Amino acid sequence: MKQINRRRFMKFTGLSLGIGTLYRVIPALGADSALGGFLADMRRSNGESMSPFTFIQLSDSHVGFNGPPNPTGTAAFERAVEVINGLPQTPELVLFTGDLTHDSEDKDVHAARMAQFRKIAGGIKAPKLRFVPGEHDAGLDGGILFRENFGETHYSFDHRGIHFVGLDNVSRAKPEVGPEQLGWLRNDLARFPRTTPIVVFTHRPLFDLKPDWEWFTSDGDDVMNTLAPYENVTVLYGHIHRDHELDDGHIHHYAARSLIFAFPDPAVAPEKKPLPFDKEHPFKNLGLRTVADGGPKTKPQHALAVNNVELTLREYGGVNGIQQLLRKPSF
Amino acid sequence: MDKNRITLFLQFCVALLAVACLVPPRTAGAQDPPRVVEISAKRFGFTPNQVTLKNGETVTLRLTSEDVTHGFFARPLKIDQEIEPGRTTELTVTPQAAGVYTVICHHFCGVNHGNMRMVITVTE
Ligand SMILES: [Cu+2]
Repeated sequence: MKQINRRRFMKFTGLSLGIGTLYRVIPALGADSALGGFLADMRRSNGESMSPFTFIQLSDSHVGFNGPPNPTGTAAFERAVEVINGLPQTPELVLFTGDLTHDSEDKDVHAARMAQFRKIAGGIKAPKLRFVPGEHDAGLDGGILFRENFGETHYSFDHRGIHFVGLDNVSRAKPEVGPEQLGWLRNDLARFPRTTPIVVFTHRPLFDLKPDWEWFTSDGDDVMNTLAPYENVTVLYGHIHRDHELDDGHIHHYAARSLIFAFPDPAVAPEKKPLPFDKEHPFKNLGLRTVADGGPKTKPQHALAVNNVELTLREYGGVNGIQQLLRKPSF
Repeated sequence: MDKNRITLFLQFCVALLAVACLVPPRTAGAQDPPRVVEISAKRFGFTPNQVTLKNGETVTLRLTSEDVTHGFFARPLKIDQEIEPGRTTELTVTPQAAGVYTVICHHFCGVNHGNMRMVITVTE
């Protein structure tokens, strides 16, 4: 690899769209010979080099749920599809981090809900949709219905130089990944150099966010240890129906909002109870929200600025020393 | 008092002595079997849904399920157990700090699983 002296940046900017999160991956240096060398290395090791693209995370649509916390059913989910389809730049990839459906004891009813989910999700004009299950999709049947619809509950793929890993921490009924999947993950990652950008997407948080509320994964530490040698790891998850960010010093964890109802902040709420439905603002606290982002004069618009996240792939000093940072830009 | 009665009385005393020798003196707690607390699980709750334990007291939790497999989980009490129907699951617990602890079912058991919980109160 060629020697370079300046800091090199490669950015993922993430916009919390309200409907989920839009991530924009930008090699910031354009056609630079040193960057070109890095990208060539990436292509060799990873099969694909990085290039700009956007992707979106959606979560917890709970198709089939209907109750006081949200009597509008799939309205927010359908609105999210409209918003995505109206974006100036079509995302190349949409990741769904579980609880696509609400479960039912009746297998036929659950299957019909899954079919309805597919119908709505199928309206998204993105070339690639990828899914992992939540406990409401796969907790009762060990993932049978999910597999019938989407294939394996854990898998990986490469997209423009990023290695995406879908993990299943729900279908063993308990909040765990399990030893088989951990073994699979080790093998899956073994062929990559430690600088490869990795995005893990899963349903539950992989750390103890609020064990009392079942916001954890029992063997999440084992997953983290498996990912530890890799320098550029981001974890996207759902399950908690609210925003959350954690930088554990090495790996960055981001939760997406739900498309059905929101949970309160566990630090202040005495119990895990959905926030009440607001008739005047049916998408409040959901993935779909309207905000003003430029001061009082700005007309509210579909949130393109709240919780902006920037995932920066920065600095390589000739020894694949690329590090990735996720941070909030100051504005 | 007739002879028979005296013999009977003496036999009784010997028997009493024998028993006293056989059974070691009961020192406080050490040999007592732990107190047993029975808890049964059924979608989507536990009965009882509130139990009080004493800090440092070892108790046996006797767990059963009336329907499907449930979980019994409380990280601060180091409890991580599955409760299968058709059998009794015993769990020994010695709380190390007073407090109010939420126990949740962490084995997905149906639509209201997320609300299946109980409270263990540990007093000083
Ligand atoms: Cu249960």
